[in-house]
Amino acid sequence: MEAKPPAENWPLWEVFIRARQGLDHKHAGSLYAADAQMAIENARDVYTRRNEGISIWVVESKNIQASNPAESDTFYDPANDKVYRHPSFYHLPDEVKNI
Amino acid sequence: MSEREQEIFDQKIEQEIRIEPKDWMPDDYRKMLIRQMSQHAHSEIVGMLPEGNWITRAPSLRRKATLIAKVQDEAGHGLYLYSATETLGITRDETIEQLLAGKAKYSSIFNYPTLTWADIGVIGWLVDGAAIMNQVPLCRASYGPYARAMIRICKEESFHQRQGFEILLTLSRGNESQKNMCQDAINRWWWPSLMMFGPNDDASPNSQRSMQWKIKRFSNDELRQKFVDVCVDQVKTLNMQLPDPEIRWNEKTGHFDFGQINWDEFYEVLKGNGPCNHERLEARKKAHAEGAWVREAAAAHAAKKNYSDNPVLYGSQTTS
Repeated sequence: MEAKPPAENWPLWEVFIRARQGLDHKHAGSLYAADAQMAIENARDVYTRRNEGISIWVVESKNIQASNPAESDTFYDPANDKVYRHPSFYHLPDEVKNI
Repeated sequence: MSEREQEIFDQKIEQEIRIEPKDWMPDDYRKMLIRQMSQHAHSEIVGMLPEGNWITRAPSLRRKATLIAKVQDEAGHGLYLYSATETLGITRDETIEQLLAGKAKYSSIFNYPTLTWADIGVIGWLVDGAAIMNQVPLCRASYGPYARAMIRICKEESFHQRQGFEILLTLSRGNESQKNMCQDAINRWWWPSLMMFGPNDDASPNSQRSMQWKIKRFSNDELRQKFVDVCVDQVKTLNMQLPDPEIRWNEKTGHFDFGQINWDEFYEVLKGNGPCNHERLEARKKAHAEGAWVREAAAAHAAKKNYSDNPVLYGSQTTS
């Protein structure tokens, strides 16, 4: 009997790895695995063979919602005309220190 | 609409802004990437076979451990590249299916046999060396997921080349038959390694397109020349010869001239008539078929666990 190909049976997982204590978990890549435990173990073997991580998160890819790059212009538009959110917007005389 | 999209795409390429999976891209760009990246992924996976051949016969525990680590890396590299390829809209199953059906290519170099232990050294030095020469510029490829995969791969690949050179160095300082073994392996792998860079520039129209799109950064011949220059130097440390009497320094070009590549052999191997084409593909098919029950069992186990964790969700009648 022909087995079903893995992608039909195994979900895709996104892998996030914390490289060191004090750093964020960062997206490392993705892999197929039957369940979360297998995903974590495979992520260890694939992405931390040289001590690149001390903590792994996996999440099924289908659970990630993403913004649409085609709408980037309008989506991020509200921030474009608000330079006053940056400290360099405010002009102070040089004699003012520690500010 | 599409004209405007094309314009945005061209601008991004021009300004060295990476293209990401959900961005609009020309169909031919997508097709070229799928072809190149899946071939690349297949090469990593098939590349495990000639080396795996020597794991059980490595001459020491140290050599065995490093060879296993290297082969394991290749599996990882295959995975990074398959994942990156999938972002272009082709499924993992489709790419693997293409390989197993013999429709997809992989690097021709892996259709040559590994006859002696020295071959493992030469694969590290020359084959991985040529691969690195190709791959380092790909870290700046215009397609983001490909470039990111290549960065990871290049980081890991340099240990491969060094372990290969170390094997050869040991043989080159050994007894007469070890030295002969070393030279013999260099003789057999040198020309196929040069072929890894692909056809000459004037015979490679795809390559020009690829450079316009900034997938490739250097032409086949440029990279091949760089490789020859580096190897002419490195082989001296081994006290060995490159099997090409025409290699000589060219004052005018500032490079080493070298002899004519046997392109008939290249195209024969590409067509499937190399020494190991059949064997490699059979090995992949066998592994895939024999692993089927593992994939099935893992899926069944996961389904059962999901069910017992959430019986209501799965429509169980026995909600107790």
